[in-house]
Amino acid sequence: MVELAPSPVVQSAEIPLKPESKRENFVRAYRWMLLARTLDEKLAALYKAGGKISGGVFLGTGQEALSTALGVALRKGDVFAPLIRDLAGRLAFGEPVLDATRTYLGSRLGPMRGRDGNIHRGRIAEGQMAMISHLGAMISTTAGVLLARRMRGQTGTVGAISIGDGATSTGSTHEGLNTAAVEHLPLVAVIANNQYAYSTPTSRQFACEDLLDRAKGYGYEGHSVDGTDLEACLEVLQRAVDRAREGHGPQMVVARLLRLTGHGLHDDASYVDPKLKASPVGADCLRLAEKTLLERRWAEAKDLASWKAECVKEVDEAAAQAMRDPAPDPKLEDWSALNEPEMLDLGLATRG
Amino acid sequence: MATTYLEAIRAAQAKALQDDERVFIYGQDVGAFGGAFKATKGLAAAHPGRVMDSPISEDASIGLAIGASIEGLRPIVEMQFADFSSVAFSQIVNQAATQFYRTGVPCPMVVRLPSGGTPGGGPFHSQCMEAIYAHYPGLVVMTPATVEDAYHLLLAAVELEDPVIYCEHKFLYNHLKAERLPEKSDLPPNKARVARRGRDATVVTYSAMLHEALTAAGDLSREGWEIEVVDLRVVKPIDTETILESVSRTGRMLAVGESAPWGGVTAEVVARVAADGFRFLDAPPRRLACKDTPVPYHPNLWAAHRPNAAEIARVLREVLRF
Repeated sequence: MVELAPSPVVQSAEIPLKPESKRENFVRAYRWMLLARTLDEKLAALYKAGGKISGGVFLGTGQEALSTALGVALRKGDVFAPLIRDLAGRLAFGEPVLDATRTYLGSRLGPMRGRDGNIHRGRIAEGQMAMISHLGAMISTTAGVLLARRMRGQTGTVGAISIGDGATSTGSTHEGLNTAAVEHLPLVAVIANNQYAYSTPTSRQFACEDLLDRAKGYGYEGHSVDGTDLEACLEVLQRAVDRAREGHGPQMVVARLLRLTGHGLHDDASYVDPKLKASPVGADCLRLAEKTLLERRWAEAKDLASWKAECVKEVDEAAAQAMRDPAPDPKLEDWSALNEPEMLDLGLATRG
Repeated sequence: MATTYLEAIRAAQAKALQDDERVFIYGQDVGAFGGAFKATKGLAAAHPGRVMDSPISEDASIGLAIGASIEGLRPIVEMQFADFSSVAFSQIVNQAATQFYRTGVPCPMVVRLPSGGTPGGGPFHSQCMEAIYAHYPGLVVMTPATVEDAYHLLLAAVELEDPVIYCEHKFLYNHLKAERLPEKSDLPPNKARVARRGRDATVVTYSAMLHEALTAAGDLSREGWEIEVVDLRVVKPIDTETILESVSRTGRMLAVGESAPWGGVTAEVVARVAADGFRFLDAPPRRLACKDTPVPYHPNLWAAHRPNAAEIARVLREVLRF
């Protein structure tokens, strides 16, 4: 039988996991952001070179501070349902770089085995939920994990879900957020208001003054944060995750930032208002974090260069490994969507 | 003391809760109230914390069940009416049905759909959804027609390591009675049952239409015809072997369902019999479904909208005389 089981988890990078000081916390988060940005750059290069990646590539450029802050605030044993632009948070939460390159490059050895691609990946057993494309769907699913744990008497873990301004308009999001609140679950809902859902500006997405107003409506504790400011994100996300863990019920974090990329690489995002790009909301969180590191003398330029070189090395190795991997082989697939072989429908017209 | 179809569903859930600590029930009004049809009556009191009222959020209810199943629990979600499962459609077909294929992590859960028409039910409390869900890879779809199957298929559904759509017919809830519930089912969940032996034609059907077909078969026997009736029990997978074996003896086949006539289970059965049983056939395989309108409200219209014994007998006579 072929190896169809996902390969074992390999912890990514030698980035320290238990920082004590504010500086260490900031540096550690910055390095996750840098790793995510570097991996995004690699994926973009592979996409543009053509022939390597089937389907789209969806970057998290500009959202790394927020996403990382969520990833580092979570612990092993928590549950995280990321969305499109959460590469940084996924890495910080423990996703190996190799999972990303393998899923984008369609390796048979990746967690999705070529059956799903790009951002649709996860390791459910590790608490890394595998998102479906339907926005808001993962909220109630994450709530279900938390509810089951409570029913079994398991406490102390939290669940985090990530959505954007666009997903706040779906019925699934409404139902999921409300259901989690009714059950008073330790859920942290992080809304990245990145100003555009594909090409649709927020003025065509919702009419309330601030999405944070919805926190009160749903019965969540609400937190607002500047998504370009890593320090603020670290503080606010840690507080939200801590509040959920301590039993204060569901938390909602609304971050203001700008998506610094198209919806995918196929999209030049020419519709983005230049005034927004030039405004503080359009700042690049990674560059701002570097500025902070240098200004506070938490790092020197040579440190930044050396960390970048480490990221490039890790990313290049992961991409090269994924390209060496075997591609999925239709002849080796079992073509079964059920776990129970005796319930397969043997009379179906799959052979013509 | 006879057991009704509805009581069998309740008894199966009581047994599942009793025997398997992973099982819990979630749905609108299923808690202290006992469910809109009383299918969970008394279960919340007997199993505190394991029979829970949900908000009116079908999408989130299925999402929540998926998450709970990931954690090793065995959720049974009651949709108040099958019709409202359309609100949960995305979670059922996009997440529950795809999870095992995508991730290798199974998604065992049962979604109970109180299905089918009753007089006065109208367009939004009468739908049959089995064909919709059977269309999607990754789901098992059950359609019990008898009290015994209502009980044993529901228990089997809880045990299966895959998501199961369990379509229980509301018209049978209180009409249908059995003297006692057998300890074990005589058939595994992937087998159809020959509900009546015959030699002249085969009717393939399921759910409430089984009883109309059996009545038609009884009527035709007085005319000298012996009709075999196959109860599919489960429509995904379809037990094609049992159907073909029957058609190989009778040479004629009519598929009957209560669902809308475009596509669906009856079309699938006809396609299989035509493709794989052509050599057995002495007449074109036929199908009979409800009319191509929403399910009407008034009892007169409702009764004429769905196939009934007289209509089945009429089509069978055409099949027999071909």
